[in-house]
Amino acid sequence: MSGLGTYSPGDSLLHRLPAGAKLLLLVAAALATHWLDRPWRVAVALLLTGVLYAAARIPPALLVAQVRPLWWLAVVLGAFQWWANGWRTAADVVGVLALLVLLAALVTLTTRTTAMVDTVVRLCRPLRHVGVEPERIGLLLALGIRSVPVMIGLARQVREAQLARGLGTSPTAFAVPLVVRSLRHADALGEALAARGVDD
Amino acid sequence: MPLIELAGVDHTYGLGPSARVVLRGLDLRLGEQRVGVIGANGSGKSTFARLLNGLVLPTEGTVTVDGLDTRADGRAVRRKVGFVFTDPDAQIVMPTVAEDVAFGLRRRGLDRREVDQRVAAALAAYGLADHRDHPAHLLSGGQKQLLALASVLVTEPEVLVLDEPTTLLDLANSRRIADVVDALPQQVVLVTHSLDLLAGFDRVLVFDDGAVIFDGVPGDAIAHYRKLVT
Ligand SMILES: Nc1ncnc2c1ncn2[C@@H]1O[C@H](COP(=O)(O)OP(=O)(O)OP(=O)(O)O)[C@@H](O)[C@H]1O
Ligand SMILES: [Mg+2]
Repeated sequence: MSGLGTYSPGDSLLHRLPAGAKLLLLVAAALATHWLDRPWRVAVALLLTGVLYAAARIPPALLVAQVRPLWWLAVVLGAFQWWANGWRTAADVVGVLALLVLLAALVTLTTRTTAMVDTVVRLCRPLRHVGVEPERIGLLLALGIRSVPVMIGLARQVREAQLARGLGTSPTAFAVPLVVRSLRHADALGEALAARGVDD
Repeated sequence: MPLIELAGVDHTYGLGPSARVVLRGLDLRLGEQRVGVIGANGSGKSTFARLLNGLVLPTEGTVTVDGLDTRADGRAVRRKVGFVFTDPDAQIVMPTVAEDVAFGLRRRGLDRREVDQRVAAALAAYGLADHRDHPAHLLSGGQKQLLALASVLVTEPEVLVLDEPTTLLDLANSRRIADVVDALPQQVVLVTHSLDLLAGFDRVLVFDDGAVIFDGVPGDAIAHYRKLVT
């Protein structure tokens, strides 16, 4: 596992900026991509993003790790756009996609989950009037983030067991135990949450 | 030491034809500082452990900790009784180390500085200070269990119940967890299959098919358990 989507400790300006402000800026940037309709503008925006990463002292390898999972999507999307609308549009679309992912990743890399969760809880506070518990949403968010590596670990274990038993690549031999293990994990997690006083 | 009392406790899982009695006739007063629980797979140890903090409510009888009933005062009991599970991955609920330790302290009316101080102290005490901001999933199995332990102990429970905390660990890490537990001033109830962890315990319960069939000092209890197997 790379450092994909996890907090990268530091004390740069970006690290110290409140989570709410960063989320707001992210939304603003997403809206602003509307004006990125020429390849050179996209290039400038990507360059600026690179500068932001440098300012946050994120090592270049970690920057690359954020966009690597996108590689195939970018190739397919780019090829299609090139064929349909020419290379300019292709460059625009792929560039903006990478830009958005990089910016979103920059927010996660420089913000502790707790800070993010607190902000979401605050934003959801008005929903209390319609019966939504903001604390629950926050917890759900944290658990979701925590569950990604756990699920990847479970999948790897199932895969290894499958290979060890010579079951080849049968999808059922993979899916069934994975679902069973996930449910068992969810049970255990629920129990642990209760033990740690979540329902009290 | 707090006093844990079980009076006339039976426990049945399931209803109707699929009902299974997994604990029967438990009448116990546990006031010792170190209580061990051993017994075969499926003999009811985990169910017993879960009774002590109200995760499982007995179908018959009552369980109290210092007079607090797990059924009526579950919340107060869980504040008193910390629980450590076998698999730390299920117990760690926050993505990074320090955040998980802080998780147990929320809603305790502590201000931010106090939370930070307590978290830092707990991380230092269990050798996790260097991993403060690391993602929990990058820790080794032993470190994860230390984190689970730290996250529970930071809430300062009066009793600590551990359900096979070393089963997934290698020898060195088991030793490490055992040393941490040994040094605790709290009352400890330890369920384990590693019989050597029980040396120095005040009292050991041997479970068989849902009942306590032996209750005594570790040496005698272990001898009794071994005889059961052979
Ligand atoms: N949630 C449940 N629903 C139904 N039956 C259960 C449940 N949990 C445990 N049991 C059953 O209750 C019995 C006692 O289980 P328990 O987990 O307490 O045993 P244990 O002594 O901890 O065993 P082990 O050493 O394998 O951990 C077992 O037969 C088990 O199948
Ligand atoms: Mg058990």
